[in-house]
Amino acid sequence: MSTATETTVQMLNVQIDGVWTQVPAGTRVIEACQTAGKFVPHYCYHPKLSSPGNCRMCLIEMGMPKMGPDRKPELGEDGKPIIGWIPRPQISCAQNVAEGMGIRTDSQMVQECRHGVMEFLLINHPLDCPICDQAGECRLQEFSVEYGNAESRFLDEKVKKPKKVELGPRITLDDERCILCSRCIRFSKEIAKDDVLGFVDRGSYSTLTCHPGKKLENNYSLNTVDICPVGALTSNDFRFKMRVWFLKETKSICTGCATGCNTIIGSREDKIYRQTPRENEEVNSCWMCDHGRLDFHYLHREDRLKTPKIRRGNTLVDATWKDAYDAAALALKKFSGEQIAILASARATNEELYLVQRLAAALKPTVIDVIARPGEADGILVSADRNSNTNGARLFKITGETPGSHTPVLAEKVNNGTVKALICLGENPLDAGIKPEALAKLGAFVVMNILPDAATPQAHVVLPSAGFAEKRGTMINGKGRLQRLNAAIRPPGQAQVDWEILRDLILALTGQNGIYTIEELFKQMAAETKPLSGLSLAGVGDQGTLLAL
Amino acid sequence: MVAPLQNPPHPKERRLLFANLARPDFTNDIACSLKHGGYEDLKKAIKMKPADITAEVKTGAVRGRGGAGFPCGVKWGFIRPDNTKPVYLICNADESEPGTFKDRYIIHQDPHQLIEGMVISCFAVNAKLAYIYIRGEFPEGAKILEKALDEARTKNFLGKDILGSGFDCEIYVHRGAGAYICGEETGLIESLEGKRPYPRIKPPYFPAALGLYMCPTIVNNVETLCHVKHIIKMGGAEYAKLGRPNNTGTRVLCVSGDVMKPGNFEVEVGAVTMGELINDMCGGLKPGRKLKAIIPGGSSAKVLRADERFKLKSKDADGNPVEKEIGIEDIVLDFDTLAAIGSMAGSGGVIIMDDSRDMVETLANLNEFYAHESCGQCTPCREGSLWMKKITARMVEGHGADSDTATLKSVADNIAGKTICAFGEACAWPTQSFVAKFREEFEAKSKPTAVAGDGHHDEPTESEIALAGVEQ
Amino acid sequence: MSMQVPADFEAKIDAVILRYPVSKRSASLPLLHLWQERFGYISPYAIEWIAAKLELEPINILELVTFYPMFRQKPVGTCHIRVCRTLSCAMAGGYGLMKQLCEKTGIERPDHPDHHDPIAVSSDGKWSIEFVECLASCGTGPVCMVNDDFHEAVSPEKIGELVAHYEEK
Repeated sequence: MSTATETTVQMLNVQIDGVWTQVPAGTRVIEACQTAGKFVPHYCYHPKLSSPGNCRMCLIEMGMPKMGPDRKPELGEDGKPIIGWIPRPQISCAQNVAEGMGIRTDSQMVQECRHGVMEFLLINHPLDCPICDQAGECRLQEFSVEYGNAESRFLDEKVKKPKKVELGPRITLDDERCILCSRCIRFSKEIAKDDVLGFVDRGSYSTLTCHPGKKLENNYSLNTVDICPVGALTSNDFRFKMRVWFLKETKSICTGCATGCNTIIGSREDKIYRQTPRENEEVNSCWMCDHGRLDFHYLHREDRLKTPKIRRGNTLVDATWKDAYDAAALALKKFSGEQIAILASARATNEELYLVQRLAAALKPTVIDVIARPGEADGILVSADRNSNTNGARLFKITGETPGSHTPVLAEKVNNGTVKALICLGENPLDAGIKPEALAKLGAFVVMNILPDAATPQAHVVLPSAGFAEKRGTMINGKGRLQRLNAAIRPPGQAQVDWEILRDLILALTGQNGIYTIEELFKQMAAETKPLSGLSLAGVGDQGTLLAL
Repeated sequence: MVAPLQNPPHPKERRLLFANLARPDFTNDIACSLKHGGYEDLKKAIKMKPADITAEVKTGAVRGRGGAGFPCGVKWGFIRPDNTKPVYLICNADESEPGTFKDRYIIHQDPHQLIEGMVISCFAVNAKLAYIYIRGEFPEGAKILEKALDEARTKNFLGKDILGSGFDCEIYVHRGAGAYICGEETGLIESLEGKRPYPRIKPPYFPAALGLYMCPTIVNNVETLCHVKHIIKMGGAEYAKLGRPNNTGTRVLCVSGDVMKPGNFEVEVGAVTMGELINDMCGGLKPGRKLKAIIPGGSSAKVLRADERFKLKSKDADGNPVEKEIGIEDIVLDFDTLAAIGSMAGSGGVIIMDDSRDMVETLANLNEFYAHESCGQCTPCREGSLWMKKITARMVEGHGADSDTATLKSVADNIAGKTICAFGEACAWPTQSFVAKFREEFEAKSKPTAVAGDGHHDEPTESEIALAGVEQ
Repeated sequence: MSMQVPADFEAKIDAVILRYPVSKRSASLPLLHLWQERFGYISPYAIEWIAAKLELEPINILELVTFYPMFRQKPVGTCHIRVCRTLSCAMAGGYGLMKQLCEKTGIERPDHPDHHDPIAVSSDGKWSIEFVECLASCGTGPVCMVNDDFHEAVSPEKIGELVAHYEEK
């Protein structure tokens, strides 16, 4: 996943559909065609996996220069080699280009090959489109349009196979739909390092399965659903939930750990239906882990914090945003810096953390830190650091070199009463070691969060904020890459995006005039932060930007 | 079980490999083999330079006897001279091509001839470890080979420092378990590696470069390896005088089907015509029967129609191109002629069919074989082989449809040339050739012919397929 | 349900593995043969045991057991018959041979055995039968195997003899 330093790559002369072009040596023929604008239909080939060449859909015509008696290529009138075309079609997924190679992607022979393979794939394929999740993003459907027949001439009975196999806790397999491309088997073996899938039986009865004693349940299992070209492997979480053509696709990143896998959030009308990985060579190739992929349902919990609340006596009552900010400011102004602590989050965006830094500048709290989440890296994608923006927290001095090192101090000061005003931004103070009794004794307790936790009932002011899929912003992953989040859905009820809450809180506290757009905020933040200088939010790009931290 | 050889041999036979098998008192132990010249040629070869052995094999120009007919010496020469990886030799003893029954007898009756040929070949290509991949259905053969290998070891024909040459070589028997596709060399290699025997894509997995364990590997048929011994024995030049140019040596023909005397006939390649084979050597057809069809080289070879006329191109005495038309009985049984007339010499399995046979049922029998044996790796063969089987099965049962003949041809055309391995051609050629050459029989069945009142079956019963047209 | 693997059996297994110095996985087929010869068929335990022995995943062995027709996952009769069905033997009477062998041995064999279940077993467990593809003895058809014994030119007259021979044992 890191770029190889390129010195000089040899360029080869290749003729594609009559046009001579230069292609870097080491390029797969099918990729060379793609770059030349000639998409070659395929099923079993995947650029990140080994190439078995079994679907036969990528057959093309290939040729090499005709050699003269002097062992040199014969040249035509145009001074270019004359191609001797191989009578048999060749697959394009398992060979690299060679000097003087000729390729035809669209001849009559190629068309016949594709029609033939298409027909073969469909004769035993069940007519499941109306109930199949893959509809709309199915390669059989897609290539049928160009290469399929309107009517079938298969008059016999289709092969029957198991249709609802519980392959694992998150995956259901329909063996009749399977076209035996083996992508899932290769992925499990080569990428997830969990050799748990295989084919049993033989010939047309070959069937994909897991050994009866095992399951497909590793933390990367759902990638097989992504790469399955048909609806054989389906995600239990998504099965039958939504037609893919209704989904709005929003580019974002996962916030489950410091890797920051690039994602696409599939949503419709403020509800997320699924997340899928988005290719980024520098971060996650084209995979993501199951845990991060499925970790969005909490955004749709019924008990989301939707209304600002202010404490009246023993209870929290609904309030307007203005009243909530005023109440918070009023409560906090009673205390001096040594009596104030801020518990921030290393899962917040840079924009939010920048504003937290401004808030801290205004309040001068005695201690400010985050909750560290150390874990174990799995050697594939999951980082040891389970916070998604530790680097951002460091950059904006919300935490020190070792994240969370001051948090025990923060907890102690709250517990022993030194700190009387606590601002909790996106974290549960009980997780920091703060005791519930201590919370009850606080003179000012302002909470900004998306879901209620055990501490929420103790708050004096509750500010409902936005989840990762409901806001824009940037985060810096564990390798120093600045990446963008985008909003796929709106926060529920009256909840607001966090950076606007912080801006308005600062406004209420200091009277400082606010910033109105996130682009302006980024610009200001970049101007004041050396590693970000010169960048704009748009300029970060969909693939992110590596920073010099 | 003994090889079905004629005694005395037909004058046109030339028993080189089957000489021992024809002896009534010949037994498969090493003592008997040694009495009849066993391992003499190993003793000769082990004193030669490996490159010289390969040169003799190239001069002898023996072509593979497993079915592909690829020149053995050329295959050995594909190993790169600068190769540093271990080289493996594998004897393909997976004899499974329908109509072929020769390797069985070499293995069971004269295993030492094979072992000798193998050790010579290992020495030539510098293979220190070799395997005999024997089909699982030859359990007795495997035991015979194990015993023979042990005997060879005791005599230092195998093992460390063979005959004091400094060359170490070990051979083990490896049993298959009932899969025809293990006869395909890369399928065999995958099977030997302990995986499902899915043939490999070529390029890049040419066995001489990336074979067993991704090392250079030579896979040779049982009979071919025996020929190596004889090439060393008589010298490549002498060997090449047998047979015809480019079709040298002898080969064991296997004749089965509707002849009076089926069996094995070892002849110089091209020394007999089809007519001589059937009429002179096999005693002709059954009484009252006429020839209808011949499969000349194992079931994968394209069928020949008895009344077909074949065009042959050749050159006359002055070198001018000449085209001749011949009948089926005039076909010379060598590799080039059979290829020229649109079929192949293949494995040497000749299947004769007389006019009592129904061609649709014959094809149905073969289609079932191929559908059963398809490994299922690649789309056209996996789906197409079973499709063709279902069509011919349905036609045999009497539930043919208008489109069946055209569909059969089209499906076969969509398989051949589009697959990972030659099994695609193997399963398509029978359908292509039977439908093309016996069109009228297929047209006749491309409509419902079941008698009203027949119970409807999804598929024909096996007895229906087999018994109809099979006269005892 | 696990069972103890006899020590002498395991010794044979270990000896076979040594024949494949480059990769233990190559010993998969030989081990399956040894197991089936000793215990009659490949059980789920066999698959796990062999996989563990060769440091493989069970799926790697299951893939083989279901691919190769010679391996069976259920017990067969004391005498297991394999009848060749391919062209030359069919022409010589292979299908008739199957029918008569079933009659003589009391096996009720369905007309269309399921492809997962090609072996028919007699109710007394003494006999079982299946069709196999070309056994490479086309010149002396029809042929069949009874366990490891090979029988050629099994004409209708010889069938009775053949069955009787094994019933005696």
